[in-house]
Amino acid sequence: MEHAAFQQFVYLFWIPFFPLLGAVYNGLLGSALQRRLGEKWIHAPAIVFPMLSFIITIAGFVKLTGLDPHSRALYCNAWSWLHIGNLNVDIAFWMDPLGAVMAFVVTFVGTLIHIYSIGYMRNDPGYWRFFSYMNLFMFSMLILVLGDNFLMMFIGWEGVGLCSYLLIGFWYKDEKNAVAGMKAFIVNRVGDFGFIIGVFLLFWGLGFSLETFDSSSLATVTSEETHLNSSLVIREIEESLQIESVHEAFTGKKIFGFSLVTLICVCLFVGAMGKSAQIPLYVWLPDAMAGPTPVSALIHAATMVTAGVYMVARLHFLFALSPFAMTWVALFGAVTALYAATIGFFQYDIKKVLAYSTISQLGYMFIGVGVGAFSTGIFHLMTHAFFKGCLFLSAGSIIIGCHHQQDMRKMGGLKTYMPVTRWAYLMACFAIAGFPFFSGFFSKDEILWQAFNSKDMMLPGGGKIIWLLGIVGALCTSFYMFRSYFMTFTGEYSENPHHVPKESPKQMTCVLVILGFLSIFSGFVGMPHLWHVHNLFETWMEPVFESSSSLIASEGYTHTLEWMLMGISVAVAIIGAWVAGWLYKNRENPLPGKLLASKKQIIRIPYNLIYNKYYVDEIYQHTIVWLIMNLRLALDWFDRKIIDQLVDFAGTAGRWLGRFAGYTDEKGVDGAVNATSDMVIFSGLKLVTIQTGKLRNYLGVVLAGAIILVIANYLFF
Amino acid sequence: MSTVIYNVIFYILAFFVVISAAVVAFSKNIVRSAFAMVVTFLGVAGLFVLLSADFIAVTQLLIYVGGILVLILFAVMLSSRVKEIKISNLSVGYFPGGIIIALLTLLLIYIGVKTPWQKLDSVRFEPSTSAIGNSLLSNYLLPFEMISVLLLVGLIGAVVIARRKEDQE
Amino acid sequence: MSVGLSHFLTIGAVVFSLGLFCVITRRNAIGVLMGVELILNSANINFLAFSHFSSGTIDGHLFALFCIVLAALECAVALAIVLAVFRNFDKVIDMEQLTTLHK
Repeated sequence: MEHAAFQQFVYLFWIPFFPLLGAVYNGLLGSALQRRLGEKWIHAPAIVFPMLSFIITIAGFVKLTGLDPHSRALYCNAWSWLHIGNLNVDIAFWMDPLGAVMAFVVTFVGTLIHIYSIGYMRNDPGYWRFFSYMNLFMFSMLILVLGDNFLMMFIGWEGVGLCSYLLIGFWYKDEKNAVAGMKAFIVNRVGDFGFIIGVFLLFWGLGFSLETFDSSSLATVTSEETHLNSSLVIREIEESLQIESVHEAFTGKKIFGFSLVTLICVCLFVGAMGKSAQIPLYVWLPDAMAGPTPVSALIHAATMVTAGVYMVARLHFLFALSPFAMTWVALFGAVTALYAATIGFFQYDIKKVLAYSTISQLGYMFIGVGVGAFSTGIFHLMTHAFFKGCLFLSAGSIIIGCHHQQDMRKMGGLKTYMPVTRWAYLMACFAIAGFPFFSGFFSKDEILWQAFNSKDMMLPGGGKIIWLLGIVGALCTSFYMFRSYFMTFTGEYSENPHHVPKESPKQMTCVLVILGFLSIFSGFVGMPHLWHVHNLFETWMEPVFESSSSLIASEGYTHTLEWMLMGISVAVAIIGAWVAGWLYKNRENPLPGKLLASKKQIIRIPYNLIYNKYYVDEIYQHTIVWLIMNLRLALDWFDRKIIDQLVDFAGTAGRWLGRFAGYTDEKGVDGAVNATSDMVIFSGLKLVTIQTGKLRNYLGVVLAGAIILVIANYLFF
Repeated sequence: MSTVIYNVIFYILAFFVVISAAVVAFSKNIVRSAFAMVVTFLGVAGLFVLLSADFIAVTQLLIYVGGILVLILFAVMLSSRVKEIKISNLSVGYFPGGIIIALLTLLLIYIGVKTPWQKLDSVRFEPSTSAIGNSLLSNYLLPFEMISVLLLVGLIGAVVIARRKEDQE
Repeated sequence: MSVGLSHFLTIGAVVFSLGLFCVITRRNAIGVLMGVELILNSANINFLAFSHFSSGTIDGHLFALFCIVLAALECAVALAIVLAVFRNFDKVIDMEQLTTLHK
């Protein structure tokens, strides 16, 4: 189906397919190339293909800016896929401002991380495998963000899950890593189940609602083609929900006493929870740090885990219909933001700290999209991709520099050895903690302000609860990030005096510099209105979220209040950083050590609780996993005690019956049986002549039968 | 093309097709059968033209007359019994076979003539090649590809089956 | 009466019957193959006749085309089998004698 209203852009198709070419190239040839010709032959194409995607994305961006804001979208129908009845699903790509931003982040950060990986993965026996998986991931992620219908989105959604699994268990010879990969995969299955149920419900509900559509009102609706059939194309769903009667039927529909819209949104959000590691499905993300660090940076910080946020933003028109679902999203986001931030307090593994920080930041994004500030949520997604990517890559640089040491207690004093890494890490720390004028400040502060200002939250106190959770989370964020900074970079390098850590190779540091730079400056595209400047990002995103903007209400607080809240944000960032410095800088302060050594229950209990991550893994182990394991035992017991006994009984009874039957058989039946068998033998000897082995005879009989059937049909019916 | 000429051509072609097919079926000499088949195929190709299937008609000529017949003749020559022409094409079971087939023919013709088939108001004569090309690369792309794979498999299979096994020679 | 669909169907029926007769009565395996070719040709006549007189679409042509391709393939494989049988069964390709798959 052609959409004349949208600008065609055939190269859109190549954005995802270039990385696929890279993946196929390395998947098929990589092993031989690595043995024969060296690593250059592997990473050169693996980097060039994502780079080509990036260039096309930029071209698409430029093309988009030239279009009228209200029809600002590029469309490319690669080929038709399924046409069943009225359902049309095509391999089609669709780039609107939202998709463009996502594609930009994915291709840009992705390309940088590929370059970084040259240094990080050097001399790994699975070098070709790594690049093949990474390219495959880029392909899936781009399908996810650029696909124009739910099936494409689902393919991407599952594809990134697969690549995540493959890359977490990349060093699969260590059982721990393989288990972590499986954990991620299985937890994601739970979420994906919710996602697909949501899509089914949506498809069904929409078809139901469209039946009420009165085609006589067609003229009043829109001059464009109106879709009278349920569709899987996201844009068409949005269009049909604009129609008054469909909208009413859709929102009024209830199943089992629940509003259908709410049910759909909650199911879809369960999918987002799994992919974006929100409570209660976050447990896989910390374990996912078992993979190589570039993977953690690309998949588990910058791109894949934000897929859930992207999905909620993409389906804004749906979520905006259900205040309950919006509250649900925002509340889960806020609780996760605070909860994960507190776990960050006592982690010693630098990657684990960053993992919990990622969960927490994803929580902020969900606050953003949950309170209806979709563009702000995506803005935070973008800045987060830069600064968290920078943090992870710095951590990778540190880990390589310290010979695969990840424990922060064994680091310290690295600032003299690794100056570039240190500055990049510090800049990203400022950004994530929300220091003024750094990128994270603009996005996070805007999210918190929108939460405070929101009117739709179905909670006591409205959005203020969300804001409170968020601001406390911000305090914790600032504290644990600077704790990690001070523990790593200040003080004396004590561990192993024979080995001096050294700065990483150029491929790694140049990426760090670029990302560090963006951590500082990327926030300036989205400055708050309060400062009387033009918010470029929001203007860019506005046409996408136009249809739902009327459904979002705000309290309309004054500028004074906003200034105050901004002041509070800045204050908590500084306080957190200062406390971290006071406790951990140069390891002078004995307080942390003393506190940890203390035996007082009032300190031990919270410490143990947080240090063991609130025992959530153990709770899961002892409830869900335990339940399944015991169900297995119970079934085993049932099988052995009940079913086996029944079978045994049947067997015994059968034996007795057999004896009785045998007795009568010998005496009475044998004669009859012998007669029967004689008859069978006789008739068999006669009948065997039918089977001549001659094709002719068989065919003749088949034909005769067919003719008789047809004639009988004519005669009798 | 006027209807009369069309009808005349049809009957001429039909005559040739039926006669030559009968020769294929009844001839005692297999080589004669094979050559009668050339006439049948040519006649059928002519019928295809009457059905406005120009492309299929040409394909029929190329593949049947050019390919399949040559293959069959090769096979005839390669099987040594062909020298004893008298026994090369014996048939059996003329009588029961003939009865069944006669019945079947009558039945099929009855069905073909008496069934009220769906009919177009006006039939069209137009070149079909470009339409076939478009269909092959759009709606029928998958069958087209599968046929090509099947051809490859058949090619390899035929070679494997017909090859002499080393231990036999 | 102008020539129409039923005329073509009649021709198809006759060619089909003759082909089938050939398949049933021939003792030579190659003769049987010729019968099969006649049958396939009659099917093509029907496809194209219906395409021309009943549907007006191109689909019948494509089926006929695939049919021709498959006929070529079938012929090649079947003749290969005939040759293999000819070699392995002491130069016998008589359908009356070939009643088992082993000697």
